[in-house]
Amino acid sequence: MIKLKINGEERSVDVDADTPLLWVIRDEIGLTGTKFGCGQALCGACTVHMDGQPVRSCQTMAGDVGDAQIVTIEGLVGANATPEGKAVQAAWRALDVVQCGYCQSGQMMSAAALLTENKKPSDDDINAALNGNVCRCATYQRIRAAVHDAARRLEA
Amino acid sequence: MSIQDRIRGGAPLDLNRRGFLAIAGGAGVGLMVGFRPFPAEAEAAGGLVQFNPFVKVAPDGAITVVVKHLDMGQGPTTGLATLIAEEMDADWSQMRTEFAPADAKLYANLAFKAQGTGGSTAMANSWEQYRTAGAEARAALVKAAADKWQVAQGEIVVDKGVLSHPSGKRGTYGEFAEAAAKQPAPIGAPQETPYKDAAKFKLIGKEGLHRIDNDPKTDGTAIYTQDVKLPGMLVAAVAHPPQFGGKVKSFDDAEAKKVKGVEKIVQIPQGVAVLAKNTWAAFKGRDALKVEWDLSGAESRGSEELLKLAKEAVSKPGGAVATARGDVAGALKGAAKVIEADFTFPYLAHAPMEPLNCVIDLKPDGARLIYGAQFQSIDQPTVAAVTGLKPEQVKIETVWAGGSFGRRAVPTADYVAEAAAIAKAINGSNPVKLVWTREDDTKGGYYRPFYAHKVRAAIGADGMPVAWEHHVAGQSIFAGTALEAMAVKDGVDETSVEGASNLAYAVPNLKVELTTLKVGVPVLWWRSVGHTHTAHVVESVIDELAHAAGKDPVEYRLALLKDKPRHTAALKLAAEKAGWTPGAKPEKGKGRGVAVHESFNTVVAQVVDVTITKNGGVKVDRVVAGVDCGTVINPDVVRAQVEGGVGFGLGAALRDAITLEDGVVQQANFDTYEPLRMSDMPKVEVYTVPSDAKPTGIGEPGVPPLAPALANAIFSATGKRVRDLPLGDQKFTTA
Repeated sequence: MIKLKINGEERSVDVDADTPLLWVIRDEIGLTGTKFGCGQALCGACTVHMDGQPVRSCQTMAGDVGDAQIVTIEGLVGANATPEGKAVQAAWRALDVVQCGYCQSGQMMSAAALLTENKKPSDDDINAALNGNVCRCATYQRIRAAVHDAARRLEA
Repeated sequence: MSIQDRIRGGAPLDLNRRGFLAIAGGAGVGLMVGFRPFPAEAEAAGGLVQFNPFVKVAPDGAITVVVKHLDMGQGPTTGLATLIAEEMDADWSQMRTEFAPADAKLYANLAFKAQGTGGSTAMANSWEQYRTAGAEARAALVKAAADKWQVAQGEIVVDKGVLSHPSGKRGTYGEFAEAAAKQPAPIGAPQETPYKDAAKFKLIGKEGLHRIDNDPKTDGTAIYTQDVKLPGMLVAAVAHPPQFGGKVKSFDDAEAKKVKGVEKIVQIPQGVAVLAKNTWAAFKGRDALKVEWDLSGAESRGSEELLKLAKEAVSKPGGAVATARGDVAGALKGAAKVIEADFTFPYLAHAPMEPLNCVIDLKPDGARLIYGAQFQSIDQPTVAAVTGLKPEQVKIETVWAGGSFGRRAVPTADYVAEAAAIAKAINGSNPVKLVWTREDDTKGGYYRPFYAHKVRAAIGADGMPVAWEHHVAGQSIFAGTALEAMAVKDGVDETSVEGASNLAYAVPNLKVELTTLKVGVPVLWWRSVGHTHTAHVVESVIDELAHAAGKDPVEYRLALLKDKPRHTAALKLAAEKAGWTPGAKPEKGKGRGVAVHESFNTVVAQVVDVTITKNGGVKVDRVVAGVDCGTVINPDVVRAQVEGGVGFGLGAALRDAITLEDGVVQQANFDTYEPLRMSDMPKVEVYTVPSDAKPTGIGEPGVPPLAPALANAIFSATGKRVRDLPLGDQKFTTA
């Protein structure tokens, strides 16, 4: 049994230590907002926060998480939403960022993590922080605008 | 045609009018033969009144629009809900959507006469049908209110979903839904045009209507195929042959069986399936399989060899003639100047963010499938054939799709048939979720075909084109499929030459030929289909002719498009908004190019600005698009689709290619087939031409002009023509 702290709750899961965190979150715990896109940390669809840092859960092994606090999209914007999570979600909705939506949980996780570190990111900062998050619908222009919008919301 | 006929698209249906209307609280469901509301929650909610196949009203006033098209990001849920809301004078906040079940009698795409989503037809084919459905529901509800209030129907006003009468009476749709459904037929006043005049639109074409799928797609609750979980469900991963056309010779599953969670291992026509209690175990089990393949009948050529065949084919005449007018040979001989240009295009993968997957629960008397279904009229009979069921025993429930770009609609129903084969192999003992990995998806075929083009085009003494000889060679996306007879005429698959065979420019002597090559690599439509390559060739060559004639590229095009008002308007709009100055030379290191192309009845012009970077790479700075897509239903969705089309086209133009060596696909994941990333994304501006014509396509038409406008921009910066896509690692020096 492996113990994990996910979205503020302690969970025990019966998986091998080398099981990717992505599949623990999705198949064992049943939180499906975190997506499977590539399995190789090449697309960012599976991005979650580990002690506030964005990580690719498909390449993070369950046995390596230890005491770290894991936050998924459900924790970022749910009842216990962080200020960054709230701002990012509001911006995403205001600017109609989504198309197919499949990558957007990962995009929002990366965006929220960026805004925690950098209150007023430039376009280049956003490009650097989110370049690992692929969007095949190419909503990038709106994502960039929404990160700026979220930064303004946090400032207000 | 009656209102009901318009709603049904004229499809014959063995139901009386009363049967359509009387579905109140589930009591009347029996009257709706073959119609099963989805999702199940809606039925359970109770009190939901279904007015026709497309509109349901709940007691709380919520209006649910039954969406007959797959939403893979292109926005038909928002668009179709807008049409119903407009006709019902509803408030946007009361609108809900659900996906229609597989039932071609009720939910056919009127452009196909079959149930499916594609060809940028979702809004165009539904334009009258959904507005009629909304108008009819409104009429029934107003009649019910008029009866209750004892007033004339014409005196009742509906605004934001609230009915009111000058006497002060007010009510909601929810209050009258049940009474409206109990009315004897016919209800409402029969009118020739039941829907509103454009002048009265409150929602259609207006800014500020947010996407209806914003909420579930920004809180992790939107359910995609990958997220479906049924009791007892097993997850399946399949070992596929390393070459297309390979078969299983034998396999050793001893190691795979040892993987914790692996439950069953079965051979199917597509390969060997490993079924496990969870996804990770299925993947691990699949990796532990040892399969020996029979590759005797497999495609074993490499893409270089295939491309060489295509180039040889276009180097000489003899293809099937797609278009011929005038005397091309004669005009070429007497021309002032002849330009000869060869082009090549690689295989391209769709690579949607959600790798392919499909859920199936097979029982002796029926199958239930849940997935992002894009071509129900193909998938349903295919599953029936695989499982031995009747087509009507195959129920399909559609969920959000994490992209598609055409990949989920397949004439062979490849991935759906694979899921069905697995379910059959285990005799339906468990529900099955077939999951492809990214590698399976990239290597899985059904690519945009490779093509070679050769064009010989000539200008006369006045610089204007006099002849255009064009030969295309590549694979047909329809050859060998059930749709071949419909789509291939006299040896010409129209989708291989569309965009060239109907050349928009006034060229008096034109010949377009096609050589179709038979290759064992499965191919498919890919966002904008034939236009993905024909637009690049046509718009690059016309640019070369303008240059040869010493004319400005925009002015040259406009001169040749005098009888094409929509092309002219879109091109002028893009040029104006981009600040195009005829004859202006960009500063050193910068380039600017233009292209205009019609696809799916929509015309898109794009002006692309590039910078040649210090190390000789290409950075796209800005793309300005002018679009004529008829009536704009949701301006922001139109902009989003063109922005996305630019990004999709740009990724392919910059670096994407599927290549084969000895029949083996060389790309596997996003490192070797790398989509456009955020740092590559230019600033995109989208402007629409005002129009009151019927809506035309918007999901695809933003793609075709991007590559040629980019290539023309690179030419203006470097003097070098880009005729082989993708650009790849080639370096440019500024002129």
